[in-house]
Amino acid sequence: MSQPEINHQAVAENRETAGNGNAVEVRDLRKRFDHQQVLDGITLDFPAGQITTIVGPSGSGKTVLLKHLNLLLRPDSGTIVIDGADVTKISGRSLDAVREKLGMLFQSGALFDSMSVFDNVAFPLVEKTKLNREEIAGRVRETLQAVGLDGMEGKFPSQLSGGMQKRAALARALVHRPKILMLDEPTTGLDPTRTAAIHELIRRTQIDFHLTVVMVSHDVPEVFKICDRVAFLHNGKTRLNGTVDEVMAADDEIFKRFLAGKASGEENETALAG
Amino acid sequence: MSIVEMIGRLGALVLDSITRLGWFVLFLLGSVFYVFVPPYKPRLWIRQIRIIGADSLFLIILIGGFTGMVLGLQGYSTLSRFGSEGALGTVVALVLVRELGPVLAAIMLTARAGSAMAAELGSMQASEQIDALTVMAINPVQYLVSPRMLAGVLSFPLLTAIFDVIGIYGGYMVGVGLMGAPSGAYFNGIADSMTGHDVMMSVYKALVFGVVVIWVCCYKGYHAERMATGVSRATTEAVVLSSVLILAFDYFLGSILL
Repeated sequence: MSQPEINHQAVAENRETAGNGNAVEVRDLRKRFDHQQVLDGITLDFPAGQITTIVGPSGSGKTVLLKHLNLLLRPDSGTIVIDGADVTKISGRSLDAVREKLGMLFQSGALFDSMSVFDNVAFPLVEKTKLNREEIAGRVRETLQAVGLDGMEGKFPSQLSGGMQKRAALARALVHRPKILMLDEPTTGLDPTRTAAIHELIRRTQIDFHLTVVMVSHDVPEVFKICDRVAFLHNGKTRLNGTVDEVMAADDEIFKRFLAGKASGEENETALAG
Repeated sequence: MSIVEMIGRLGALVLDSITRLGWFVLFLLGSVFYVFVPPYKPRLWIRQIRIIGADSLFLIILIGGFTGMVLGLQGYSTLSRFGSEGALGTVVALVLVRELGPVLAAIMLTARAGSAMAAELGSMQASEQIDALTVMAINPVQYLVSPRMLAGVLSFPLLTAIFDVIGIYGGYMVGVGLMGAPSGAYFNGIADSMTGHDVMMSVYKALVFGVVVIWVCCYKGYHAERMATGVSRATTEAVVLSSVLILAFDYFLGSILL
């Protein structure tokens, strides 16, 4: 699969909209559930206009971190700055204003079962904007076309394949033109062909929509073909963080064992415990 | 396990139970509060009134009819031993309006609409649809629960009234039509014995039962565990807890209102 050519101008334009070139900044994030410290001082930057993938073994805190970034969870301590706003210090309408800059693709898609594809994708516009029906219809069709689902407006989620459900969910996440797109394991459950297609779609939409993308993925190292930066989590901490080349060249035993485990299709928790 | 550990576990269990009770009550307060907070969604209210109210009408008519018929049958059988067949209408109407109407209607609506509600919300929770609403800056309680609460408050008293009326006619069909109780005495007895207080008791009970059923079923579904058995467990618990609370509140309300 060949990588699409990067629109450097689009990347630079997107970068200008975030403070210090970062769309999201995480500082010393900590979260405990019962007796388990799941996030233990995560510090990460997510540069604007780039795709950052969060990887790590199961239980390393990837999904919990993503849930903090999409504001589903509140940390015990630490700060999260999204597009210049410290979201750990705001609530109510201020927090909703930040949420409207985010788009989220859930692992399961999370499409509303009782609604058609059109109604699912239109939902954020119907509920949160003052656009009229024609404007909404136009935006929905445009977005569905961008994800390769034109003609599927009338279908219901149960009538779609797994890959098509992901595309529909991606369209719903993009329809209100967010600044930051978050993806929770977007290719889980898909075969290799569809996985490659979704990866290509993510890269293309990131360029076309001038997005900052934060993605949690288990498709290692395939996902490295489309992302700009990688954050490797281990035991709730940031173990490695940098460009794909920097992380791949890092002399880190645990990361190498993680990659080797992924290559062999195994994930030996004991070996990765370090 | 040492005694200290046992005491510690018991203490943790008590604290956990109190915390859960607190969340349970806050859920009710939130679902009622957001009925009055914009943005208002009349189409959601109408949809839920249709699902909870209109779609339950046939069931309520069926169960109300059979309940009245049984009351007519058993009531005549018992009263005829004392030569008091003329009191059949009074007995059927008062039993229905004061007790069986609100209770049975609520239990039937729990089984039909309440279980569906718990299952739907549980399924949404398991498939992250509720999280999706939150991420879209849409309050899930306001969007999913408040319309159901409003629909329940409106539908339960109306359906209970229909249950009572159908039941009274069911009792007439059997008691008078089949068993031979005096026709005039049936309705005259109702007019003489039934007061506005009895009718309002039925309304108050139906209102309370409506709130309880929607509250419990929505809470259980909304907080279902994200696993294969989570939704089924939430639905079962919702129906059982709703039924128990209906009977408990029936007693408390009866002791206050009588």
